[in-house]
Amino acid sequence: MKILNCPLNGPRNIAEFVHGGEVREMPDPNTCSDAEWVDHVVMEHNIAGVVREWWCHVATAYWFIAERNTITDEIIRTYPASEVFRDRVDFGGPGQGGPR
Amino acid sequence: MPFGLLKYGFSKPDPARRQLPARPDLRRSYDVVIIGGGGHGLAAAYYLSRYHGITNVAVLDKGYLGGGNTARNTAIIRSNYLTPEGVAFYDESLRLFQGLSHELDFNVLYSERGHLTLAHTDAAMRTSRWRAEVNAHLGVESRLVFPDEIARIEPTLNLSRAARYPVLGALYHVPGAIARHDAVAWGYAIRAAERGVELHPMTEVTAIEQAGGRVSAVVTSRGTIRCGAVIQAVAGMSSVVAKMAGLRLPIRSIPLQACVSQPLKPFLDTIVVSGSLHVYISQSSRGELVMGSASDPYPLYSTRSTLEFAEGLMGHILELFPFLGEVKLMRQWAGITDMTPDFAPIMGLSPLDGYYLDAGWGTWGFKATPACGRTMAALVATGSVPDLIAPFALQRFDRFAMLGEKGAAAVGH
Repeated sequence: MKILNCPLNGPRNIAEFVHGGEVREMPDPNTCSDAEWVDHVVMEHNIAGVVREWWCHVATAYWFIAERNTITDEIIRTYPASEVFRDRVDFGGPGQGGPR
Repeated sequence: MPFGLLKYGFSKPDPARRQLPARPDLRRSYDVVIIGGGGHGLAAAYYLSRYHGITNVAVLDKGYLGGGNTARNTAIIRSNYLTPEGVAFYDESLRLFQGLSHELDFNVLYSERGHLTLAHTDAAMRTSRWRAEVNAHLGVESRLVFPDEIARIEPTLNLSRAARYPVLGALYHVPGAIARHDAVAWGYAIRAAERGVELHPMTEVTAIEQAGGRVSAVVTSRGTIRCGAVIQAVAGMSSVVAKMAGLRLPIRSIPLQACVSQPLKPFLDTIVVSGSLHVYISQSSRGELVMGSASDPYPLYSTRSTLEFAEGLMGHILELFPFLGEVKLMRQWAGITDMTPDFAPIMGLSPLDGYYLDAGWGTWGFKATPACGRTMAALVATGSVPDLIAPFALQRFDRFAMLGEKGAAAVGH
């Protein structure tokens, strides 16, 4: 059993979590080019090495961030998303932009 | 040691025969460099040398030939896909597979078994009907069968209504087959080498150089080689190698595990697959049950095995074949798949001139080996994209023209 340390629930079986993809900035859909949007939606960095990703503890629907080595399968660090996203994100209205 | 044996060993008229030539020194320049010495890369080399007269070719691999995903798949060959583009492509590959032992004069142990994709839910029945109709329309032999007929096709399968997920029906694909996957790589390698293709195992690519928007050289652990064209055929490491060429791909590297049981007397004729239970199982020609399941739950470049995989898979296998309860597992392993957003491969041109992509092989790469090798060779030799692979271009993502290949093994129903 592989253990993932959930910032909310403590160490749990990794089977209780889902992987949510790399943490990255969303371009503003109202102002970015088509190429930028394609890049954001379908392209992957798919790094062999240390990555920073979204994970979700399914039972509690809690999303957080994990740093993980994709070559060694080691989980280096997990922490609440509030460590990265300090300001309120406003998705409403044209030109408001995404998460910074 | 018997004297006669020793004498034979040193005999001049009967020298020991090598199937593959020893690795030569790396030359300074080649017309075509193929990165990746698996089935795909070796097939492209073979078709280039055999049908296009291009023999100044080097196949590079950081490990040994056929040691990556070619050795790690479950060797299933079928063409009962869902999209018309996918069906046409995989059916051409199946047709080439049927004649491959003759083509290569090398036995790849092609064995036609019939392929049952079980449906346990109404949704899976609907997809099966859909696939049967698409297949029939394109001339591929697939039809919907129900439990009475399934019992005749595969008598050992548990069709009890008391099962947790009773079998409601199946998509029966008569030409479904298995082959010896290693032999496919060896056969292509031997025949390509006979025509002058150089095989360079243990030669790792570390950088790709370009000049004026065109690929110009490949830097390897054994020196730099100039080249006119490069084919990248390194599924599992596609993003890493493409990055050297300055390219980004819509791929996540995700392990796919498989395992085999101890050898048993032949009892399982068909290849049995269940998308709902995430199971596929066939019996190899040496009696082992070759079994696989869904892809791993998160991206990884490590080929470690997990207990969760074996536990989950066996729970479902025992539901389909309860009498296997006492059978031992012998080996378990993983390969790294290139998962694309639409479960379809990426073949053809790239934004870098002279750099050709053979990537995006998720759970569907082995069966594509001959058709992919042949069309990639034609593309490199003629410069025009064969119709068969045009829909699989990387550029489809720019237009959001995804293929939605719900017939792929990794797709749950």
